[in-house]
Amino acid sequence: MKSKLYRLSFRLFFCLTFLSFTALTAQEYFPKNDGVKTKNTNYTAFTNATIIVSPTQTIKKGTLLIKDGKITNVGSNITIPKNTININLEGKSIYPSFIDVYSNFGIAETKSQRRSFGQAPQYDTNRKGYYWNEHIRAETNALDVFNYDSKKAEELRNAGFGVVNTHMQDGIVRGNGILVALNSEGSNADRLLDVNSAQYLSFNKSSASKQVYPTSLMGAMALLRQVYIDADWYAKGNIDTKDLTLEAFIINKNLKQIFYAGDKHNALRADKIGDQFGVQYTIVGQGNEYQLVDEIKKTNATYIIPINFPKAYDVSNPYQADYINLEDMRYWNQAPTNLSVLAKNNIPFSLTTHSLKSLKDFTKNLQKAIDYGLDKTKALEALTTIPAQILGKSNQIGTLSKGMQANFLITDGDIFDAKSKLYENWVQGTKNVIKDMSVKDLSGNYTLNLDEKTYDLTFTGEANTPKATIKRDTIKLKGSVTYNDNWLGLILSDKGDNIQLNARIQSDSDSINGNAQLANGKTVNWSAIKKPSTSKDKKDKKDKNLRDIMPITFPNIGYGFSEKPKEETLLFKNATVWTNENEGILENTDVLIKNGKIAKVGTNLSAGSAKVIDATGKHLTAGIIDEHTHVAAQSVNEAGQNSSAEVTIEDNIDSEDINIYRNLGGGVTSMQILHGSANPIGGRSAIVKLKWGEIGDEMIYTNSPKFIKFALGENVKQSRYPTTTNRFPQSRMGVEQMLTDYFQRAKEYDAVKKSGTPFRKDIEMEVLAEILNKERFITAHSYVQSEINMLMKVAEKFNFNINTLTHILEGYKVADKMKAHGAGGSTFSDWWSYKYEVNDAIPYNASIMHNVGIVTAINSDDREMSRRLNQEAAKTVKYGGVSEEEAWKFVTLNPAKLLHIDDRVGSIKVGKDADVVLWTDHPLSVYAKAEKTIIEGKVYFDLEKDKNQRLKIQTERNELINMMLNEKNGGAPTQAPKKSVKKELHCDTINY
Amino acid sequence: MKIIKNIVASLLFVFTIQLTAQQTPADKQSEVITIVGATAHIGNGEIIENSVITFENGKITAIDNVATTNTSGKIIDAKGKHVYPGFIMPNSTLGLGEIDAVKASVDQSEIGGVIPHVRSLIAYNAESKVVESMRPNGVLLAQITPRGGRISGTSSVVQLDAWNWEDAAVKVDDGIHLNWPNSFSNGRRRFGEEPGIKPNKDYGKQVEEIKQFLIGAKTYKLSSESIKNLPYEASLGLFDGSKKLYIHADNAREIIDAVTFSKEMGVKNVVIIGGYEANKTIDILKKHSIPVLVQRTQSLPNHNDDNYDFPYKLPKLLTDAGILVGLENSGSMERMNSRNLPFYAGQVVGQGLDKEKALQLITGNTAKILGIAKDYGTLEVGKSATLFISEGDALDMRTNQLSHAYIDGRLLSLETHQTELWKRYSNKYSK
Repeated sequence: MKSKLYRLSFRLFFCLTFLSFTALTAQEYFPKNDGVKTKNTNYTAFTNATIIVSPTQTIKKGTLLIKDGKITNVGSNITIPKNTININLEGKSIYPSFIDVYSNFGIAETKSQRRSFGQAPQYDTNRKGYYWNEHIRAETNALDVFNYDSKKAEELRNAGFGVVNTHMQDGIVRGNGILVALNSEGSNADRLLDVNSAQYLSFNKSSASKQVYPTSLMGAMALLRQVYIDADWYAKGNIDTKDLTLEAFIINKNLKQIFYAGDKHNALRADKIGDQFGVQYTIVGQGNEYQLVDEIKKTNATYIIPINFPKAYDVSNPYQADYINLEDMRYWNQAPTNLSVLAKNNIPFSLTTHSLKSLKDFTKNLQKAIDYGLDKTKALEALTTIPAQILGKSNQIGTLSKGMQANFLITDGDIFDAKSKLYENWVQGTKNVIKDMSVKDLSGNYTLNLDEKTYDLTFTGEANTPKATIKRDTIKLKGSVTYNDNWLGLILSDKGDNIQLNARIQSDSDSINGNAQLANGKTVNWSAIKKPSTSKDKKDKKDKNLRDIMPITFPNIGYGFSEKPKEETLLFKNATVWTNENEGILENTDVLIKNGKIAKVGTNLSAGSAKVIDATGKHLTAGIIDEHTHVAAQSVNEAGQNSSAEVTIEDNIDSEDINIYRNLGGGVTSMQILHGSANPIGGRSAIVKLKWGEIGDEMIYTNSPKFIKFALGENVKQSRYPTTTNRFPQSRMGVEQMLTDYFQRAKEYDAVKKSGTPFRKDIEMEVLAEILNKERFITAHSYVQSEINMLMKVAEKFNFNINTLTHILEGYKVADKMKAHGAGGSTFSDWWSYKYEVNDAIPYNASIMHNVGIVTAINSDDREMSRRLNQEAAKTVKYGGVSEEEAWKFVTLNPAKLLHIDDRVGSIKVGKDADVVLWTDHPLSVYAKAEKTIIEGKVYFDLEKDKNQRLKIQTERNELINMMLNEKNGGAPTQAPKKSVKKELHCDTINY
Repeated sequence: MKIIKNIVASLLFVFTIQLTAQQTPADKQSEVITIVGATAHIGNGEIIENSVITFENGKITAIDNVATTNTSGKIIDAKGKHVYPGFIMPNSTLGLGEIDAVKASVDQSEIGGVIPHVRSLIAYNAESKVVESMRPNGVLLAQITPRGGRISGTSSVVQLDAWNWEDAAVKVDDGIHLNWPNSFSNGRRRFGEEPGIKPNKDYGKQVEEIKQFLIGAKTYKLSSESIKNLPYEASLGLFDGSKKLYIHADNAREIIDAVTFSKEMGVKNVVIIGGYEANKTIDILKKHSIPVLVQRTQSLPNHNDDNYDFPYKLPKLLTDAGILVGLENSGSMERMNSRNLPFYAGQVVGQGLDKEKALQLITGNTAKILGIAKDYGTLEVGKSATLFISEGDALDMRTNQLSHAYIDGRLLSLETHQTELWKRYSNKYSK
């Protein structure tokens, strides 16, 4: 606490000194021992300039008056005090300098702490007096680790920046930031505009810590939520011990909140958390926001967008080009339009140099964005007024109004024009020369007269480092050029003779006159007369080679929809209908779908306005429901603790997983995306419909039943971990005690909560209490009979039931007990022998459980198998002789029952959701293909449409490859072909 | 302490294995058997409806239509049923591992990189519980293949009802398995590499290493020295045609390189295994009559933009192009999944391949590719009576129901560890 208080007072002290500086001068109260006091009270005026006061206000022939690092006046007709130094900027423009609000300027990166091979994982914190999780680092004070970096400051100034907001880019909560003017002449006393400018957050763990939790995106999200709750509880004085992290967090909560999302979906995730706690984050994006622009707009956030565009892939080798996903090629193609799309949708954004490999690319990329439609006013706002607004500093920086910091740029024209030159970048009234504007630009073609001979002389390149080409007739001569302090020196070599030419350049003349020393020692006069520029040069520059931009799809990857599917009224004529109801399998039957529901089932139904689909010889069934999958999850395991009830898969659905589409191609319409099995109490599930093209939140069932994954056996006891570990439990014995402990604590928690006394809200306990209150159901990953039996007994002790036992490969051994308990079983059709606990797994399991009277389902837990669950159901006909009608229910109605959604889906019944599949053949046959997969009356998969998609993908790939070849042939830099891969997720996958 | 733990663990393991005895291998065929009335699926694309199949001393002595053939010996009435040649699983690790996650139970790979002399056959566990689970699905033969390294070793073909590996052997040391270098490599995060798949910079070097080895072997053949070199010795059969070179390769460039290379090296018989992009290399495969053992049909496309059903369809594309195609199944959980071989073939029928042609992918074609077609793979007079009777279409899971299965005329038990547990617990609940 002491150190914290000290730091706070230190900060306060700094703010005060800063204020005093701006009011007077820095040296006002400092003793002076090396001479006399030399207070400068002069003004500087920049006259005759085009002054862009703000992106929306321009003064022609204006004057900017500054003193003591601030703007004292600006206008076209202002009074200039007598003690003013005048700088005539005739023909020049003055812009407010740029601001980067997402920088790590002057703050060294944290050295990554990685667990060495064989080292036990660190589950608990090593810190004392701070929050329990080391990735929450609200106490990080950027100023403590700040070292002004003059070299970087110069680079930033050269790119047009005057002020940056910097912070330690490390951890989930990253502490505060500091606002720094890039004034390399001054000291921190001048430069620091704010030492508490914002609080920074992200979903990324700290590289300074090896603490395991969180291992997942959803874990990071849950952790952040709990921090908000704990900070609130702490602020109310309910925690006796000191927590310096929470104390800092409580103070920082009053600052601007900047969230590094780094991805369009993470932006939505961050905003969701903010909404929950009444915080509107400013969100740092990635550059792909255009792909979800409607959703991005709905966040109402201001964005900070990096301006880093991918290079074209080198596709010159067709075998290698095949490896690049269309989505990555498309991203190359579309990325330059991101900013214009955001601007057109009125989404406020500022720009950052973050993620740029070289600052030199900043201007180039910005010009590219403008070429691809970004409005210049918006561009300037994004670099000046909006960053100032984000930081609440509009009264100090971002415009050139009276009283503002004297941070401005001097150019010779439109700052976003590639031909314009940036001459000076003034920061806090300090001049920084980027290009000497007094240097005359010699560029152009000249006629050189020397010693009675005529030469063609051409200057190209930068004004102060010109390059010269000298030709006599058409012969190019050797030579060199120097240009310093207004003196031009040329050496040319003609027929072996070296001639030295010198000239003092006159700023008001296009002719050059000087002396030349010939090889024979003779000195003669020479002159060069500028030729009028030809129109051809201009034309070349105008002709920008803009590529065609590919339209986006939903999602923006291969097989995405150009237009999201619309609800249709459909009449299936003459189908074999597998009702899953008492009617059984109906031959030659019609089914009408209307308003997203099954409207009628019968014969000779009249079509009305419905689109008729001839289903003669085909089979119509309810859509397949996969009770156990990890498809479409960004992460599946929060393995950092033995219980992770606080996390939910709903937080991290990956709606762009191509396996969603492939599953539709296998007739799957609903699935439960489960947490993995890395710990006994896993995380909450997402029960979704496969609405390809929608974002995760739209896929989740409305009023979704609440589920959570539990797990038992080899995975939770970490039996195949390569290292020793200290996480309890390490045996099945421990699992029982661990579960009992958590349920007991949840019971006690719930009792306190219900008693009405104040309590510390704990997300994990809230979830477990829901289980005790029978509001949330358990799907438990389980294999051997001992553990299955144990889990049911633990549940019974706490007076609830296990809803579903998943995997449940030895369910057949305890089917009677499961039946008595009331648990359902969701199992593999024929998997076994992949690990020790499935040694006794048999493909007859489903049939035995079913025969005993258990609600039985067949699930996948595998993204490949998921898309042919119809075949897996068929295996129960082979193994154990289940009737075809019942076997079909194993992948439709029964999982619907297990998931408590059988009132909406799972059978063909009037009033249920129109989630149906039309099969080309008997649906249990290995020969059957899903011809149409329909969810709520919308056709999400259609064999015919799929055929078109294939052609479109091929055409688009070819076009993009052609564009990239052009890019390469045009000399643009390329990147090696690369295939981005999403990791295949199973129960035991730990990533992140 | 750790050692004691390990001993206890291994004892426990052995004990568990002994708890459930394996099915006893069948005795030699002692009487003439005739199957009457079934639809005979020959395995060469043909069928005989209402057939008569007679076999004696393990060999098929007659196969024809009921109307034209005399019946003899023990008659099995198979009216309305189907008879198939035993399915053949090439490129398999059956019997080389029991439980994937228990390291002590797995013997599928050896260290050394280029080790053609390492032989899978002697590690083949004829009593594996996984092996016995093949028979009720009609999988009766397999090529036992080592995994890993550049040249993983030498495979052998076995039948799946035997007392021991010697007894099981059908074709000893049939070929050498070469894992062709991947022209792409995956960035390894733990070595600080950027994740994602990028062109493999070492590809050329890796190909050169194989080349140097084979040149070494050819040169060694000419030597009169008496000192033996086991890896070279094991490779000699590649040049006289007594051993096949099975090249595991997927990418089009790799396949073209592999074929060109092996022809340059004078390798007589080459088979491509995997072949995900073999459809892009039809010309060179046809030119050199190179067969392909296509990867597991029930798998995901390799690339996001590939057709969702591409792996289902690939064998058809190659068959239609006139290439000799068989199916293989290597990959995750490959041993236990081997019993799904018939359904991998069935999957291709859904893509429009004729059912009998699909059957060839796991019978006649595979026998030709493995070099055992003289005795196995089709139902023809003079060939081994390795066949089974199914209640229905054996390529479709609903109807793959075996009543009888024979290897070399021996009547197999169709019981397994799994059927015993099924019966035990079904009985428990029916009481």
